[in-house]
Amino acid sequence: MGTRNYKRKTSHSENGPGDGGRTGSWRVERPILDKSLCIPCKRNKEACFICWLFCPEIVISRTIPPKIDLEYCKGCGICAEECPTKAIIMVDEAEFSKEDKE
Amino acid sequence: MQAKTTILSLPTEEFVHPGTRACTGCGLAIAYRVGLKALGKNTILVVPPSCLTVLQGLFPVASTKLPCLNVTFASTAAAATGILATLKSQGKTNIQVAAWAGDGGTSDIGLQALSGAAERGENFIYLCYDNEGYMNTGVQRSGTTPIGAITANTPFKGKLQQKKDVPAIMAAHHLSYVATCSAAYPLDLYDKIVKCKDMPGTKYFHIHIPCPPGWGYDPRYGIKVGRLAVETGYYDLYEIVNGEFKLTAASEKLVEKRKLVPVREYFRAQSRFKILTDEQIADIQNQIDAKWAAYYKKDE
Ligand SMILES: Cc1ncc(C[n+]2csc(CCOP(=O)(O)OP(=O)(O)O)c2C)c(N)n1
Ligand code: SF4
Ligand SMILES: [Mg+2]
Repeated sequence: MGTRNYKRKTSHSENGPGDGGRTGSWRVERPILDKSLCIPCKRNKEACFICWLFCPEIVISRTIPPKIDLEYCKGCGICAEECPTKAIIMVDEAEFSKEDKE
Repeated sequence: MQAKTTILSLPTEEFVHPGTRACTGCGLAIAYRVGLKALGKNTILVVPPSCLTVLQGLFPVASTKLPCLNVTFASTAAAATGILATLKSQGKTNIQVAAWAGDGGTSDIGLQALSGAAERGENFIYLCYDNEGYMNTGVQRSGTTPIGAITANTPFKGKLQQKKDVPAIMAAHHLSYVATCSAAYPLDLYDKIVKCKDMPGTKYFHIHIPCPPGWGYDPRYGIKVGRLAVETGYYDLYEIVNGEFKLTAASEKLVEKRKLVPVREYFRAQSRFKILTDEQIADIQNQIDAKWAAYYKKDE
């Protein structure tokens, strides 16, 4: 008898990123940040971070400058839409396909 | 009164991992992420079948860092009750039990279990995230789908019936706390959850969740659509504390401004309302104006 392998028998999951795979591959447009327009970058102090708050995928860091994790960013564009200074623009992924292959 | 949380004071610890299975731009992902920050790490979740189970992931990876019990549709509030009973028997008093369920799982299928638990006064937080349809299974109508919305099973004329007012049903249970929130106002959601945590009995949240594929808009406009619902006076943010009703956040400001955005703008931003005629919209506008006239009067 002894101890049962409880975790395996109950299909216990471990937490971790990328449950949906590398969701960055879903993206059709890529967010690009222009630091010269971004408020915390300009002031060089913590401010704004609206993109961080609204990112559904938690791929924007709350740092100066905010960094976007393209491995998982699905390219929804909410950051670009909500940024008060339009510091993030969405660029067609096709523009990067050559670059990525290199 | 607790100070209002700002973006800069919002805790940075995350309880959700990136790379979930939720759709691009899902409003639930925003509300869930911020909601879990408010609930904190000593929380056990209870979740029935819904888009949230999709977001939470498939074996062997889970996107949430908190323990979660996945239960059958009708049993969410009963299962939460069971967890509370277990915790009590173990003498654990510092663990928050929180049920997150969809609108179908709340307003239709899980309603009687929820009503039972609320009437008994079980001490947990119940959060209904309302994307206004059975989205996970392909956008079917639910009790909270609004009138006029096209869904997979109301494809031609849109839904013919009114949206069920679930927060009002829950308020009729004399709860210590009932609140409406929106994914477009995550800080308001955060503050409301923190506020009610130590209140007795069942606490009920109704969270409006923009859903790009279900509502028919470009994912980038998710927050705009959620905000329009509030700014048009179509969906109200309020809380009912021990029976005391009060508009909050952006809805409270609307009373001061005495000016609503025409509801047409909300409808025209989404393809699910495309069959609404001008007369139907005018009719709904009249209902909204009457509702707000009553709010203004209370304010005088
Ligand atoms: C008893 C039962 N009936 C039907 C289903 C299939 N089902 C799974 S999720 C779902 C939709 C749930 O809708 P809602 O609660 O609004 O959550 P959403 O998917 O919209 O987030 C349905 C019908 C089920 N799992 N169990
Ligand atoms: S169907 Fe809607 S609610 Fe469900 S995961 Fe997709 S966007 Fe979110
Ligand atoms: Mg739903």
